[in-house]
Amino acid sequence: MGDIKQAGRLRPAPENFLSAEQITAVGSGRRDFLRKSFLAAGAALAAPLAARAADGDPDILNLPPWATSLGLPVATNPYGMPSKYESQLLRRESPGLTRVGGASVSFAPLQGLFGIITPSGLHFERHHQGWHDVDPAKHRLMINGSDPAFLKKPKVYTMDELMRLPSVSRIHFIECGANTGLEWGNVAVPTVQYTHGMLSCSEFTGVPLKLLLEDCGVDYKKARYVLAEGGDGSAMTRTIPMEMVESGEVFVAYGQNGEMLRPENGYPLRLVVPGVQGVSWVKWLRRIEVGDQPYATKDEAIHYIDLQPSGLHRQYTSIQECKSVITTPSGGQTLLSPGFFNVSGLAWSGRGRIKQVDVSFDGGINWKTARLEGPIQNKALTRFNVDWVWDGKPAILQSRAIDETGYVQPTYGQLRKVRGTKSIYHNNAIQSWKIVEGGEVSNVQVL
Amino acid sequence: MSRSCKSLFVFALFLAPTVALAFDHYAGVGRQATPAEVKAWDIDVRPDFKGLPKGSGNVERGQELFEEKCASCHGSFGESNEVFTPLIGGTKPEDIKSGRVSGFLTGDIPQRTTFTKVATISTVWDYIYRAMPWTAPKSLKPDDVYAILAYFLNLAEIVPGDFTLSDKNIAEVQARMPNRNGMTTDHGMWPGPSAKKGGIGNGGVPDVKNVACMKNCKPEVQIGSTLPEYARTAHGELADQNRSFGPVRGTRTLGPEAAKKAADAGTLELATKSGCMACHGIKSKIVGPGYNEVVARYQGQPDAESRLVAKVKAGGQGVWGNVPMPPNAHLKDEDLTTLVKWILAGSK
Ligand code: HEC
Ligand code: HEC
Repeated sequence: MGDIKQAGRLRPAPENFLSAEQITAVGSGRRDFLRKSFLAAGAALAAPLAARAADGDPDILNLPPWATSLGLPVATNPYGMPSKYESQLLRRESPGLTRVGGASVSFAPLQGLFGIITPSGLHFERHHQGWHDVDPAKHRLMINGSDPAFLKKPKVYTMDELMRLPSVSRIHFIECGANTGLEWGNVAVPTVQYTHGMLSCSEFTGVPLKLLLEDCGVDYKKARYVLAEGGDGSAMTRTIPMEMVESGEVFVAYGQNGEMLRPENGYPLRLVVPGVQGVSWVKWLRRIEVGDQPYATKDEAIHYIDLQPSGLHRQYTSIQECKSVITTPSGGQTLLSPGFFNVSGLAWSGRGRIKQVDVSFDGGINWKTARLEGPIQNKALTRFNVDWVWDGKPAILQSRAIDETGYVQPTYGQLRKVRGTKSIYHNNAIQSWKIVEGGEVSNVQVL
Repeated sequence: MSRSCKSLFVFALFLAPTVALAFDHYAGVGRQATPAEVKAWDIDVRPDFKGLPKGSGNVERGQELFEEKCASCHGSFGESNEVFTPLIGGTKPEDIKSGRVSGFLTGDIPQRTTFTKVATISTVWDYIYRAMPWTAPKSLKPDDVYAILAYFLNLAEIVPGDFTLSDKNIAEVQARMPNRNGMTTDHGMWPGPSAKKGGIGNGGVPDVKNVACMKNCKPEVQIGSTLPEYARTAHGELADQNRSFGPVRGTRTLGPEAAKKAADAGTLELATKSGCMACHGIKSKIVGPGYNEVVARYQGQPDAESRLVAKVKAGGQGVWGNVPMPPNAHLKDEDLTTLVKWILAGSK
């Protein structure tokens, strides 16, 4: 705590105009230092523009350049960028997690984000075979049936055509099934960026898949499964139940937060499968096939399968169950000083809306209900906040979310009792952050 | 609605009672895919082998192809874990009988290789055909895939060395897959109907239950695990991964010296990215002078930094010889200053 510089805090004289060394010098009887510093103070008085710290905050008393000069003209940055003071908040890789950047993940810096929308440039990335900037003029979406009887007419759509169709815009979270997967057995990573950063939330715009399938004359009686396929090298494929498509929830998206999708997120077309793990949100979407059986693709038969204590792997686990995490304060941060804090975090559920979030400051013995920021949306991140006065003593912070089905986010003890520690995927346990007297926050697991 | 329109509507309903009404509804949008187009893209192979192209390949040919196209990343015997988890290993002959990889039951499994996990051989065929080799996906012919897969199956001791895999016998091989009975869909995480209703799983019933207790929920807090010291520093300087203002700061995990080292590594990266290192060595002349020579020449000259920033920006020749340095005006002034400062400080 002691070495953190806090701007704008006034401290009483004489420390204001004596440096630490000067004070020691005075203490040790070397008065010439004192005389010099008084001379300096006199000089400061004589200079009318330079204010003395004793009178108040120099950042108030001395007007800064931005208050006393002309700023930059419009369109200096035709595509605006964050302030240069924000350079710490970046997507980052977890060292040693993967061997090649083309089959890897970068995590979103949740520790510094507000509200529920992830800035598009900070959206987490997961690629299996690198990413491309696909030419939208050459991109096509094909819809066909595994059997000609399932679809009257297989069709091809260009981006021009897709963007003429009736569109929807909806806010949804996307979470990788392996988010928090590093932590199944024990604490492994220091910050919320690495424990929970395979999570983002955007407003997506696009065309309901239902509309497209019906335009092709789908036979819902026969075709009960959908295969989505990517247009990149990995040609990623995943199976989705037709019920979800029929409900109107699933859509092919081209828009993300008011602009087109970012290349890393599937430009120009990706699938949005609300509440389902990110791997099903196939990027660079080139093809939809309707069929009567699930497909057991590589990412539903070799990966994204959950090893259970029985030795069996659970296959087709897709829903991201209810989960939450406190983002401020969180692991790898240090509190400035005892006193008031707005404890803030995120909650989400693949089964619908968040109903309630409770926060504990004593490791789960007592809980206090947090404020939810509205409007609370279906299968979207929900921001929660709760007041807290830190007394400077050790504490363990936790959050526990409840969704509209009544499901309560489990503890590590409860989760491991059923699923063991080798599942890799779908860890939605309650996260704990321990705070020690100095204010340092670190990652711990409470059973 | 006009009469003729109405009768059309009734007619459509009558014709296709199970098909939705919006068929071919959007004039000018979408067109029928040609058979050749569908054939070009419809490459998926299902567990029942629907979509599997005809063809065959033997173990020997597979080994050749694997050596040539795959071994650099996966190791000659599919054993490599350099790039990702290995393909082969961890299965036993008795697993072929039971269809369950016993290592998952006993916990005695060093690594979860592809063949310990996968239950369906179609998956491996489909994946190699669509995505491998990693840097040249979709370059293999169906016969190549059969051959490579035959080689895998032989390495995993599922088929003998003289085996030829084909669309005709692949179902027999499926019946020998070591983990073919190793999957379960009995869970609540499938977003469609339950197995009872013709779908998958239990219809969405969660397996883990917590209750929302609010007061005195347990006698004590049991800590299961804390952050190991090595993990605290393995992710770099956490102080630099948080905002420099606000209610908290990033914890300084590496200390100022390590932070400086990291910043210097960053400058070398910047110099490399900016193309400087193509012409300058830190300790050697390449096209332009070594940075050590630059330091020696300008030592003790207070205006060196500003002069050199201007020179690097504008480019020029004559100080070190007749070879010119091209202008670097595309770089940001602050980056140029960072680079020159770094050079003058000894490029460390
Ligand atoms: C340049 C390196 C490279 C080469 C060459 C390569 N692969 Fe791969 N392979 C990878 C990577 C990386 C992955 C993981 C991809 C991912 O994360 O989705 C992979 C995954 C696989 C898998 C899935 C295994 C699993 O458990 O996920 C199979 C099977 C495979 N490769 C077979 C092959 C075959 C056959 C060839 C040769 C025709 C080949 N590979 C060539 C890098 C390579
Ligand atoms: C295409 C080759 C080339 C590239 C790229 C290049 N330089 Fe140079 N650089 C030279 C040459 C040649 C000289 C010697 C020029 C001279 O004799 O005046 C030189 C000279 C210099 C000097 C000494 C200038 C002087 O007047 O003594 C500095 C400092 C320098 N380069 C820095 C950089 C930096 C920083 C970059 C990257 C932004 C860079 N160079 C990129 C070729 C290059």
